[in-house]
Amino acid sequence: MNRAGVGPPAASLTAPVRRRRHHAVLAYALLVALGLVAPVLVYPVFAMNVLCLALFASAFNLVIGYSGLLSFGHAAFFGGAAYAAGVVTRDLGLPPELGLLAGVAFATLLGAGTGALAIRRTGISFAMITLGFAQLVYFLAVQMGWTGGEDGFQGIPRGRALGLLNLQNNLVAYYFTYSVFLLGFWILHRAIHSPFGRVLRAIRENEPRALSLGYDVARLKLLAFILSAGLSGLAGALRAIVNQFAALPDLAWQTSGAVILMTLLGGMGTELGPSVGALLVAGLETGLSGFGSWVTVTTGAVFVACVLAFRRGLVGQVRAVVARSFHGG
Amino acid sequence: MTQALFGQLLLGLINGSFYALLSLGLAVIFGLLDVVNFAHGAQYMLGGFLAWILLAHFGVGYWVAIAAVPAAVGLLAMGMERLLLRRLYGLDNLYGLLLTFGVALVVEGLFQNAFGISGNSYPVPAGLQGGIHLPFMYLPIYRAWVVAVSVFVCLVSWLVIERTRLGSYLRAGTENPRLLQAFGVNVPLMFTVTYGFGAALAAFAGVMAAPIYQVTPSMGSAAIIVVFAVVVVGGMGSILGSIVTGLGLGLVEGLTKFLYPPAASAVPFVIMALVLLLRPAGLFGRAV
Repeated sequence: MNRAGVGPPAASLTAPVRRRRHHAVLAYALLVALGLVAPVLVYPVFAMNVLCLALFASAFNLVIGYSGLLSFGHAAFFGGAAYAAGVVTRDLGLPPELGLLAGVAFATLLGAGTGALAIRRTGISFAMITLGFAQLVYFLAVQMGWTGGEDGFQGIPRGRALGLLNLQNNLVAYYFTYSVFLLGFWILHRAIHSPFGRVLRAIRENEPRALSLGYDVARLKLLAFILSAGLSGLAGALRAIVNQFAALPDLAWQTSGAVILMTLLGGMGTELGPSVGALLVAGLETGLSGFGSWVTVTTGAVFVACVLAFRRGLVGQVRAVVARSFHGG
Repeated sequence: MTQALFGQLLLGLINGSFYALLSLGLAVIFGLLDVVNFAHGAQYMLGGFLAWILLAHFGVGYWVAIAAVPAAVGLLAMGMERLLLRRLYGLDNLYGLLLTFGVALVVEGLFQNAFGISGNSYPVPAGLQGGIHLPFMYLPIYRAWVVAVSVFVCLVSWLVIERTRLGSYLRAGTENPRLLQAFGVNVPLMFTVTYGFGAALAAFAGVMAAPIYQVTPSMGSAAIIVVFAVVVVGGMGSILGSIVTGLGLGLVEGLTKFLYPPAASAVPFVIMALVLLLRPAGLFGRAV
């Protein structure tokens, strides 16, 4: 693909654009720094869970935010990969990095299979079809004996990563998790800012026009879906190793709903939004964990509020305000 | 052997009756409002739960509940359409799905807080107790009543939509609401009433289900996801498709329970995948 004309050379950038880029760099730097000191500020296991959810939501965002497809079945990739990683590390005794790879491989294959069928429909049908497939995976996991059914898949070892990092230590495990998160986030960043990512946005904005320009729309959407599924799998496998178990709730439709909420709350189609949303939702769930079903009620209420009044999400809102202040001044 | 087979088929037919009632309401709402009503499950649960509350706390019986509860839930839903859903028309229809999903979570969570997660049983109403011994199986009267009433309600709804003036407005609104409004029809009111009708249908199904299944706060979300598969198989927005597919999938599910029980809950989704492979628009849907 011809890359010329995709981004103008730095010298010709207008001042607002340059300033906006500086702001973006600043935001990334802040996030990276926050990630480095996080285990000092909060309990490392909580921080690791937030990172896994943040990666999950960021991967999900590639589909909803950049391709305009609402998947209601991402729990299958997240939870399915958790089980795959569990089998590889606990039952086969392989190291955690191979567990992660197995999770990614499983989720990618599953994503290719379901995506190929679901991509034939758009909008609402797409949401319902992905939900149906995820439910199929859920029922299979309930029925098959090796998954442990309602008890979950327990006793996944953290082990030694790359033969030398002892993940039993929470701090080591945290920085390992953080590295995997950054790797996944970087892959997404590259995808979003590549010509591929731009065409995805073009498809979201106007599919017939993208089609008429000669882009293979179906194949590109499928690619985005598979990439998103694979990275969701990475997040799920990572979480299984960190928490040392995989369980049915990871596969249930509530998890698919939760990842939608994280992305919506943080800002669909913004790079940092899903991570911010993941932090908020995880904090909410932890904060309300002693109050039974009030978590469900609050989650639902936040959903309603976001959809009615706050569709840009937190990061989207901030970005809009910053952009307006530049245009105004 | 045949006893077991017919028993499972009857159970499947009953499940199918509920699928048909629920997907009919979903199809009517989706057709006109372009909203996938995720709160449909919550409205179904409300139907069952309100009937149970009326009986357990106020001594009000089945025959009053079956009329009053759907009316109440319908009114509630009309209020929800006016206050919340209306603000989202003209936006991407995914927001309608997300809004109703949020509402469903709130309702389910509130009921879990108030009543716990365990099931409550609702007695079979007087007059429909007992059963008939057929040569090949035992048929409880209440179950026959459920199947008969569901099929009747579905057929009447279908006839009203296809054969009456009101139905013609509804179909016209599905095709082009603006043009219909230009002819002087109060389309916003039609939206409200249609949403209320769909929700009332769900609550009606909930009251009917109360004596058969356990009444729990999660009965709605368990049902709604299968109903979504029904809607995908039948074809989005197709009224006849949702009725036929609902009953059909229920029967297939029952048959699977007889042949290989562990696969029963997965079967609707496997059929969904197969149909998508062969007819992406669904059995009764129009290709877009």
